Amino acid sequence: MKKKKLNYAKWGYIFCAPATIAFLIFSLYPIFFTTILGFTDFKGMTATTFHFLKEPFANFQAILNSELFKKALGNTFVMWICNFIPQILLALLLAAMFSRTHNKLKGQGGFKVLMYMPNIITAATIAILFNAFFGYPMGPINDIFQKLGWSAGPVEFLRSKTTARGVVSFIQFWMWYGYTMIVLLSGILGISPEIFESAEIDGANGWQTFWQITIPNIKTILLFTLVTSLIGGLQMFDIPKLFLLGGPDNATLTTSVFIYNQAFSGSYLYNRASAASLIMFLIICVLSAIMFFMLRDKDEVALNKLMKQKEKEYRKAMKEKAKGGNN
Amino acid sequence: MSGSRKALRTVEYIVCIFLVLLSIIPFWIMIVNSTRSTTEIQQHAVSLIPSGYLMNNVKILLGKSFNPMVGFMNSLIMSGGATLCAVYFSTMTAYGLVVYRWKARQAYFTAVMAVMMIPGQITMIGFYQMLYRLHLTNRLSMLILPAIASPAMIFFMRQYMIPALSLEIVQSARIDGAGEFRIFNTIALPIMKPALATQAIFSFVSQWNRLFEPLVLLTDKKKYTMPIMVSLLRGDIYKTEYGSVYMGLTLTVLPLLVVYFLLSKYIIAGVALGSVKG
Repeated sequence: MKKKKLNYAKWGYIFCAPATIAFLIFSLYPIFFTTILGFTDFKGMTATTFHFLKEPFANFQAILNSELFKKALGNTFVMWICNFIPQILLALLLAAMFSRTHNKLKGQGGFKVLMYMPNIITAATIAILFNAFFGYPMGPINDIFQKLGWSAGPVEFLRSKTTARGVVSFIQFWMWYGYTMIVLLSGILGISPEIFESAEIDGANGWQTFWQITIPNIKTILLFTLVTSLIGGLQMFDIPKLFLLGGPDNATLTTSVFIYNQAFSGSYLYNRASAASLIMFLIICVLSAIMFFMLRDKDEVALNKLMKQKEKEYRKAMKEKAKGGNN
Repeated sequence: MSGSRKALRTVEYIVCIFLVLLSIIPFWIMIVNSTRSTTEIQQHAVSLIPSGYLMNNVKILLGKSFNPMVGFMNSLIMSGGATLCAVYFSTMTAYGLVVYRWKARQAYFTAVMAVMMIPGQITMIGFYQMLYRLHLTNRLSMLILPAIASPAMIFFMRQYMIPALSLEIVQSARIDGAGEFRIFNTIALPIMKPALATQAIFSFVSQWNRLFEPLVLLTDKKKYTMPIMVSLLRGDIYKTEYGSVYMGLTLTVLPLLVVYFLLSKYIIAGVALGSVKG
């Protein structure tokens, strides 16, 4: 019997081989190659040879000292925050609304389907669509503004850096709030209904239930949403690249667009772009590590325990309160 | 129902309807404008009523560098191929992790979780250089094959397979003399059907929408995928052809909308499972 089991073990390796080989060729080797290029003088569109730099970290220093890179990093964070905060707030609100067991809103299914819709549309298309909307002198936004009397003549909205950044943040917000809402909603629906029932019996109002039961119980999912959104946000490319090509005056330039422009346009600075990629990789690794640290299975177990304990305590406390009330 | 509750409900409906309109109106304006002439759009850029210049816009659009059929076919090949690779091989890897007891199993699974977070854009420069040296840029296959290793999907498939696949069935199939690959193909895959379907939908949509990698690797016009075709609409040649720009955008959105409204039930359920990472 034991022999048979040993024989089967090799199949484990065989079944995992294709994915492993593909990973080694298409991911690990390119990462390794990118790392090496970060320490060389490799540039130029058709170049094939490279030499290691005498000062190994020269490219990294150049990137970290580059005003443009700093600006891109700043833009990326600003545009991510301006999209994430309204997004998570709205998503929470909607999730709380849609998860109510009494007094349900009609047509929830349809609302969800339409709110999630922008998320599946090609980001490239959306970027160009919004570019057309803000057209000058005559685009839909200008048309609406003039019809409503908000502006006397055509306005060149996208020359303003603030407006440009705001629109990019809005597009990201608009494309992703539905997704976040559905994720949070599934988290809320996963909470044991007994907890809500006991809260209701004990006379907690909607607001109290939301803050004292819903939020603590979806803490893990909130954190997960935060970190995945941050990692995704740090790689924001399609919208800023096609909406205004990073302009005006680099106001919507993100780090990914910066890396793309360094490597695949102008003087094809593959070495600098590699260094910038690695810096971004490090930032993302640190953030991922934080997430894995906070989302360990142990954490979940502890959280479940805490949940049950809290529930018990809550019931006990409420029972006692009720008793006190009767007396 | 008390008065304040009723008021709250009304506010909630207003918020929902506002958000729904926010989702619909941009696409509505786009579709309507794709039927209007450039002059009409220049006079009034917003209209809710279609006009009669649809064919004219199509003609102008196709007369220039935009070739939706080529883009559509390339996107279909790339997305279809990558989805098949990802779904089949991820399930296979998950099967290897669930069914067999091997030494490095736990370590392998930890590694899968770790590499799940590696962003594609970090590998891009090295990947491009590797392909450039081998003269393999401009090949759709180089956008398809990497999907064989899809860590997020392996993770999902494993989580789904553990409760769904009973090892006793596998054992009894072995006693009947079936080979390991046959057991996987004829017993495990059918059991995994619901998971395969959700993952396939998400993988397909995210592949279809992919811009970064194709933009770097594909320079030959005959190999352009839909998102790259779309990016051409931003070019100078379409600067004054508003109607046909909207037409081009509409052509890229319509297939997605059709697929979405056919499958929205499954897509929403899939997102709820936290499986959107393709």
